[in-house]
Amino acid sequence: MYKYITRRVLQFIPMLFLVTVVVYGLAQAAPGDPMSGEILDPDIPAEVLEERREALGLNDPIPVQYWNWLSSVAVGDFGQSMHYTGRSVSELVTSRIMNTLYLSLFALAVTILVAIPIGIYSSKKPYSLLDYSATTFAFLGLATPNFFAALIAIYFFSFQLGWFPSQGTVSSVGLTGFEYFIDKLRHLILPGFTLGLASTAIYMRYLRTEMLEVMGSDFIRTARAKGLGPGSVLYKHTLRNALIPIITLLGFEFGTLLSGAVITEAVFNYPGLGTLFLNSIQNRDYPVIMAINLILAVTILVGNLLADIFYAIVDPRIRYD
Amino acid sequence: MKKDRILDVKGLKTQFKIDKTRVAKAVDNIDFYIEKGETLAIVGESGSGKSITALSIMQLIPSPPGKIVDGSIELDGIDLLKLNEKQMTETRGNDVAMIFQEPMTSLNPVFTIGTQVSEPLRKHKKMGKKEAKKQTIELLKLVGFPRAEDIFHEYPHQLSGGMRQRAMIAMALSCAPKLIIADEPTTALDVTIQAQILDLMLDMKKKTGSSILMITHDLGVVAETADRVAVMYAGQIVESASVKELFVNPKHPYTVGLLNSMPKIEQDTERLESIPGMVPPAHNFPQGCRFAPRCKHAMEQCTEALPELIEDGLNHKVRCVLYDGSGKGVSHVK
Ligand SMILES: Nc1ncnc2c1ncn2[C@@H]1O[C@H](COP(=O)(O)OP(=O)(O)OP(=O)(O)O)[C@@H](O)[C@H]1O
Ligand code: SF4
Ligand SMILES: [Mg+2]
Repeated sequence: MYKYITRRVLQFIPMLFLVTVVVYGLAQAAPGDPMSGEILDPDIPAEVLEERREALGLNDPIPVQYWNWLSSVAVGDFGQSMHYTGRSVSELVTSRIMNTLYLSLFALAVTILVAIPIGIYSSKKPYSLLDYSATTFAFLGLATPNFFAALIAIYFFSFQLGWFPSQGTVSSVGLTGFEYFIDKLRHLILPGFTLGLASTAIYMRYLRTEMLEVMGSDFIRTARAKGLGPGSVLYKHTLRNALIPIITLLGFEFGTLLSGAVITEAVFNYPGLGTLFLNSIQNRDYPVIMAINLILAVTILVGNLLADIFYAIVDPRIRYD
Repeated sequence: MKKDRILDVKGLKTQFKIDKTRVAKAVDNIDFYIEKGETLAIVGESGSGKSITALSIMQLIPSPPGKIVDGSIELDGIDLLKLNEKQMTETRGNDVAMIFQEPMTSLNPVFTIGTQVSEPLRKHKKMGKKEAKKQTIELLKLVGFPRAEDIFHEYPHQLSGGMRQRAMIAMALSCAPKLIIADEPTTALDVTIQAQILDLMLDMKKKTGSSILMITHDLGVVAETADRVAVMYAGQIVESASVKELFVNPKHPYTVGLLNSMPKIEQDTERLESIPGMVPPAHNFPQGCRFAPRCKHAMEQCTEALPELIEDGLNHKVRCVLYDGSGKGVSHVK
């Protein structure tokens, strides 16, 4: 298994390199540069702009610029924000990234904790009332755009019932300890559930199908022929096999969670990477855009790596090849 | 039931609901028994209902659509069909164990051989992990694994088909069941491996004295392993006798057909015959004798009513009008 994981990690490195090239290339390909565009005062003479370009290294050959960028990125220096003057990109990003991480993990937990039990139950009693309800919910969930679900959640649970806050991450400054934690959690509930329930539908259906398929296999018949009770047959022999593709998928899911959070954050005005990203696009704050792009791309890569490692852990047929 | 019978099946009917109007009568009113220490072979073509018979005994019929609709299955005096699912769970693997046809898919890919072979011991004999492991390694040695300690920790995909079938045999033997059902245990294996597995089964039988229900479509396997044989056709038993009697004096035209389609050393292969046609589908059996559409002796009365299973006084039973006294011409069957 270690050999397999080492090989996957080694494959990860060139991919990472490629990602930096793409992120840099995309930023370069975008029209204009920081010294052009409507944001700048049109009265500044062209010579001055040219001077600034020269000073910032914007006139260097692209590979050189790329190399300079890459070497500073490697030490965590993404440069200065062009919009929030005086603030470094890393500072902006770190102030937001934890919020997004909380949101993503909360959503992932919702997905797992809802999808797995319901998926198992649906497969245990296919075509039961709960199975049908779950199916209906799944299709509704798949058909509803995330922002719309978010608006509905805000309307009912925040506006009408007043149970949960609809915005931000804290209601008042100065909360400490347990109160602070609870307050944070309350702010996470609506965005976390909207984000998490969106993928729940897929996992639930997937697990149900997978369970039913495994139940029909020869080795389950063997397990029953040994005299194992329904519990061992279901939770040991069936679930363990049915989870193989699910766990792999969860690795990918982790990678896409951060990017999935962008829309949700925007609707809930949640100060995470997503809102920062949208603002930066509006402001053409290229250094921030590049940094976030890179982070998202890297999490997707890490997600894929995790998926492969999970796969090796749960499926011995991979482990030993 | 007689005291020396380990298994006594009477009037067993197992059916599958195909749609609103049609049922497949996969096993249609069969009687047979196995004496203590005896090996009974059930032989028949594909689709004749052999596996469904075996799964009915285990009560592992896929349900729905399958259902045992009638009959009794007495294992050592206890009617399995009267047990509830919990009691049946305690019986499977403990009193009656089964070996399946497909060694490649019959083991769970994510658990080690050791885990899987020791499961019946842990469940039925309430053994702790350590004790079960010791016992399992003994079992693995018994079924011919020289590196039993290593095999214990290996996964099914690391083993060949023959080795997996050995592991399945070890698993079946683990709780010393009263009856072992082997459903075509060698069909999926290479010819050389087939012989090894059959030898192993014979060897195990000698060592443990267990009773075996051997299901096969291969009369060669019957000759090698069984004491008595029941020939199954279209969900029914059409002939049963001791192996010797059946090979020397086959009565039912179907049995004769099966024997003629078997390669024999002293014959040149040109004379090998096969039975024309196929087993009729279980939801649409012909009226009267179910073999009639393929039988070269078929006559009018064959399609009128289902022939009775008749015994000749020497425990040789046959279901054919040629022998029930109403038919004419008995001697020319062969
Ligand atoms: N799940 C099912 N649904 C409907 N009919 C079934 C089902 N399983 C079996 N049958 C019917 O039962 C009949 C007997 O099947 P069975 O598996 O017992 O045959 P077999 O004698 O074991 O053949 P083989 O040598 O191919 O294993 C089949 O012809 C089929 O019509
Ligand atoms: S009853 Fe008739 S059709 Fe059936 S096997 Fe005998 S001779 Fe053939
Ligand atoms: Mg079969």
